[in-house]
Amino acid sequence: MRNRAKFIHRNLLSILIIVATVLIGTSFSPAVSAGNLATDSLRSDLVRVFMFQDYNTRVVVTGTTLLGLAAGLIGTFLVLRKRALLSDTLSHATLPGIALAFILMTLVSGDGKQLLPLIIGAAIFSVLGTLSVLAIQRFSRLKDDAALGIVLSVYFGLGVALMGMATRMDAGNAAGLSSFIYGKTASMLFSDALLIAGTALVAAIACILFFKEFSMVCFDADYGMTQGWPVARLDFLMMALVILVTVIGLQAVGLILVVALLIIPAASARFWTFRLRNMLWLSGAFGALSGFVGSGVSALMANLPAGAVIVLTASLFFIFSMVFGSARGLLHIGMDRLRLGRKIMDENLLRDLFEWSETNPNEGTPGIEISALKHRRSWTQSALKKTIRRLHRQKTINVYSENRVNLSKSGRLAAFEVVRRHRLWETYLITHADVAPGIVDLSADRIEHVLEPELIRQLEEKLEAETKEKLLSSPHTISFTGADGHRTPKMTR
Amino acid sequence: MAHTRKTAGSKKNYTQAQAPLCVKDLTVAYHRKPVLWDIDLTLPEGQLIAVVGPNGAGKSTFIKSVLGLVPRASGAISIYGKSYESQRHLVGYVPQRESVDWDFPVNALDVVAMGLYRQIGWFRPVNKNHRKKALDSLEKVGMANYAYRQISQLSGGQQQRVFLARALAQDARLYFMDEPFAGVDAATERAIISLLKELKSVGKTCVVVHHDLQTVPTYFDHVVLLNMRLVDAGPVETVFNEENLKKTYGGRLTLLTHALNEYAKTPQFPSNTD
Repeated sequence: MRNRAKFIHRNLLSILIIVATVLIGTSFSPAVSAGNLATDSLRSDLVRVFMFQDYNTRVVVTGTTLLGLAAGLIGTFLVLRKRALLSDTLSHATLPGIALAFILMTLVSGDGKQLLPLIIGAAIFSVLGTLSVLAIQRFSRLKDDAALGIVLSVYFGLGVALMGMATRMDAGNAAGLSSFIYGKTASMLFSDALLIAGTALVAAIACILFFKEFSMVCFDADYGMTQGWPVARLDFLMMALVILVTVIGLQAVGLILVVALLIIPAASARFWTFRLRNMLWLSGAFGALSGFVGSGVSALMANLPAGAVIVLTASLFFIFSMVFGSARGLLHIGMDRLRLGRKIMDENLLRDLFEWSETNPNEGTPGIEISALKHRRSWTQSALKKTIRRLHRQKTINVYSENRVNLSKSGRLAAFEVVRRHRLWETYLITHADVAPGIVDLSADRIEHVLEPELIRQLEEKLEAETKEKLLSSPHTISFTGADGHRTPKMTR
Repeated sequence: MAHTRKTAGSKKNYTQAQAPLCVKDLTVAYHRKPVLWDIDLTLPEGQLIAVVGPNGAGKSTFIKSVLGLVPRASGAISIYGKSYESQRHLVGYVPQRESVDWDFPVNALDVVAMGLYRQIGWFRPVNKNHRKKALDSLEKVGMANYAYRQISQLSGGQQQRVFLARALAQDARLYFMDEPFAGVDAATERAIISLLKELKSVGKTCVVVHHDLQTVPTYFDHVVLLNMRLVDAGPVETVFNEENLKKTYGGRLTLLTHALNEYAKTPQFPSNTD
């Protein structure tokens, strides 16, 4: 429970940092780059866009924010189900649907550019595309990536051909169709924003309602099936939501880039948390923020297509998350590694000092010479120096003149624990080595530094006979005079 | 097909209708290549049952086809005398550990709670009671201290125990376990063994795919020898002998495998309906 609280606490902090960065970034960076002269007008532009003063901007920004939210939510399950590439395929497969719907509507009513029929056409073809992929996987022995590649390119090719036909039918009107490929938020109407809002609501509600069911299907579909869950139908529902978000997002970000909105926020969220629920909300937040910032920036600058800016914003979040993510960001992992390295060095030094004082019980005060410590292990000069400085700061060792060190009182206690663990482990390896290696999956030389309390308890139980005296004597001879094989210590006395 | 058919439980005095698992003429094929051939089997209640056979003998496929995860080319399955679909709640399943992605963002308790999802029902979240139940199951496999650990940070054996706990949470009568002993550490092996014994002592039936022939006599009561067809099945002391093992692992079977492989390459597969 404490761990969970810690995670939430950590994530909250991270979210705050992100929000702050975004706000600062968006309010200052364009202003700075634009120079002093334009600052005033830019500031008023910023206020106009992000305070929703302009009706058109209000519609566009709201629409893309909600779109980002919906895509981020359902994208989480898409990514966890390992279907990211399928979503790319099905978004490309919408193109022939759009073109065909346009041609049909032009023939029937004379006006081909009606959003609803176009979207329905897109949805139908993305379903067809998905089914084609499934059919190829089922009836041929082609691998998944080949099936996806074939369907993507064939449908897209068909779409381009049909687009050509549509353009020939009606040169003036059909030009706008290309906005479905690259996206064009500027043409977003209030009704479009409403449609997007409705979709986002549906996606959000579905993700909450089916949270448990979706997560089980993503984790272990076979098990779900043995439990009697309609896994195929749940899977279909998940894909239907993906298709829904895709076709709704076509107009805003375009069919090439909509997949980025589905995948990138979820992938970014994964760096911050080990909990699916947190990942879901974070992903939704990343998506919404990307939509908000991206469309806002594109509204500020003419000729900057919103779809591209939204995706680029999302990718900025991704890079930021990859580096700073609190769960598995590069920095976090690096810090962990550094900390472990330090801990190992600290413990090694403590153990050496303890063992030295064991073998030289009478020479407490002056301590051991640092050069003698250096030869005990393959210390580098600087690593040893740093470790000594660190331990000295922690007051676990005393440093005397003429480069001598020994353990302080608190240091003795810490060192005692380290030595005890080390000897428990050594004794265990020696007496029970035939069963030992499987218990902890880490390399043997590092193991004593990462032994968990429970494992130590088990070791103690196992070695009860030997541990009666609290601290085992070392199973091998501890030598500071060079008798101990690979350790070639030099002691001056 | 010149092979012997034996119905395992026929000597015992319970009827097939009550048997935990009764399989009739089960045949399974992947892409027209038969993997299991004409299996007839009845398993006794309240015993620990090992399913053994060489690699590719169809042990996992056998379990999966019983559970409906792999389509059957022919054959009928009954669980306690009724169809599997109507008896699902009585059946627990422990899949192979490698079958899922352990990098999934959930902790051990979340996974175990999945065993309760059916009980919890649609739309309802996992509540405190369910979490407590899940924790109890983890306790039974000695993993209570790891409940809030992210599953990718568990060792292979610990992951296996999480899977066992998930099946336990469901409180089934009949358990299918797919290679639970594969690649686990000694502590996990002991934990699984004591769990199996405990399950047996409360009258549950466990069908375990097992690959270590040496431990079969010590761990199990009943054994099913499988190599694409059923070689033999019955109590360990009568069935687990050298002759049967030779039949299961030995030369004659490679001939059969070879023949079936050739068969798969021929243009048509006979429709096998019963």
